[in-house]
Amino acid sequence: MRRLSQLTPVAVAALLLAAWEFGVRAAAVPQFILPAPSVIAVRFAEAWADGTMLRHLVPTVTEVTVGGLLGGALGLLIGVTLGLSGSARRVVSPYLVAAQSTPILALGPVLVLWLGPGLTAKVAVCALITLFPVAISTLVAVRDVDAGTLELMRSLGATRWQSLRYARLPAARSGILAGARVAATLAVVGAIVGEWLGGTAGLGVLLNLARGSLFDTPLLFADLLQIAIVGVSAYGLVLFAERVLSKKIA
Amino acid sequence: MPILQVEGLSHSYGERHVLRSLSLAIAAGESVALLGANGSGKSTLLRLVAGLLTPTAGRVVLVGSAAAAGRPEVGIVFQESRLLPWRTVLRNVTLPLELSGESLPSARTIAETALKRVGAGGLLDRSPAEISGGERGRVALARALVRQPSLLLLDEPFAALDAITRARLDDELPELVAGAATLLVTHDVAEALLVADRVLMLGADGAIHLEVPGLRSLPAAERRAALLSPDGAARQTRLYAALDSVSHA
Ligand SMILES: Nc1ncnc2c1ncn2[C@@H]1O[C@H](COP(=O)(O)OP(=O)(O)OP(=O)(O)O)[C@@H](O)[C@H]1O
Ligand SMILES: [Mg+2]
Repeated sequence: MRRLSQLTPVAVAALLLAAWEFGVRAAAVPQFILPAPSVIAVRFAEAWADGTMLRHLVPTVTEVTVGGLLGGALGLLIGVTLGLSGSARRVVSPYLVAAQSTPILALGPVLVLWLGPGLTAKVAVCALITLFPVAISTLVAVRDVDAGTLELMRSLGATRWQSLRYARLPAARSGILAGARVAATLAVVGAIVGEWLGGTAGLGVLLNLARGSLFDTPLLFADLLQIAIVGVSAYGLVLFAERVLSKKIA
Repeated sequence: MPILQVEGLSHSYGERHVLRSLSLAIAAGESVALLGANGSGKSTLLRLVAGLLTPTAGRVVLVGSAAAAGRPEVGIVFQESRLLPWRTVLRNVTLPLELSGESLPSARTIAETALKRVGAGGLLDRSPAEISGGERGRVALARALVRQPSLLLLDEPFAALDAITRARLDDELPELVAGAATLLVTHDVAEALLVADRVLMLGADGAIHLEVPGLRSLPAAERRAALLSPDGAARQTRLYAALDSVSHA
């Protein structure tokens, strides 16, 4: 049964790719509009073989990792603090909501202006874009822990810290990780958009190059494929962390 | 010298007066059952004794000093078992020991013994989601007993159980509590008589209305028969009548 359910998505993907391949060929769609999957695959392999892809992949992965971890850690800290303290929550949460409703990406040009076209600005975009979903989901999860559980902890003489460690955080785990899953994919978006704003390397820069000066549509699609792989990996890493953590807690 | 001494205890939630000048003493090892209508303040009384609430007036003295939350001399079983779903049965029972600084290996040993005592020795590695309601009740009892409290507070611990499981636990409870004094809140007159030395009736006015001796001092095998004897039936009738009158007050 398990085999079958794992196989179905693969089968669907194969079917779609086949339709794409034959559709493009049959309708003779020009390659600079929509290349066939086989063409993209070949270009993808070439870009890896000649080092282009790796050169642009490394900065993007760095930005996503550093920015994501930084934003995630900060978001967790802010979320736990606000989840625990009602008074801090009343003061800060209106700003948190306002900040979350502001598209962080719109701050990109400002950050590049302040921090320059290098890595720092892009890390900052990634960090900001991860911070809010993690902070808000953590806040809600830590705040809304079952009152009965908290009363139990108090009846057992748990300190505030013990209550956080033994009850609030484990109870909030799935809520926090739901925020982290959203944040992981957003971090990749943040990195790409940050790179569009300037810079010399990165998968976002490569998108611009392939579309513009190189006019290499197959490379553009190969790059999109690479970006998707980065996004899925980031998501997968959060799932993996979730699995490890749940084993540790139990 | 009683284990628990409650003197002139009153409590209000804002404008709502729940307990009024209630006094009560429980001796070491004694078992007291508390009956009363919904909303008469039984859970409030247990919270006050456990130090989870501060009384509006009066005082609670527990083993010689004022009640305070988290004292290891007190064990509580709440109406819902409140087991932590992310911990195994064994680790739920080690929790009170971990919180008071016991090392994990020795906490495990103590918890295992407690679980065996209450008849849940076969459940150690199960998750709370994988055991029955009756088993959860036993595990919650083991968790309350693991720090060897001298007073056990039980707030309708078996209310959610089916009649047979509940009857079995009622029969076993006096032996399971390992010599701790108990204050049991229940709505079940027969249960109250079976497990307690004294049965108290809390009225809607927040004071104690009636006291009837219970059957706990009898050997376990004779308690159920005594409940049905003319004398036992008379006690039940008195309690039902009182419960009826306080419920309509
Ligand atoms: N936190 C609270 N704030 C305000 N009122 C409360 C609170 N807790 C309980 N009350 C009220 O105090 C009264 C007594 O509540 P309590 O839970 O002690 O009753 P009880 O005797 O345990 O009832 P039951 O048999 O239904 O469990 C009820 O009327 C209840 O509505
Ligand atoms: Mg109650």
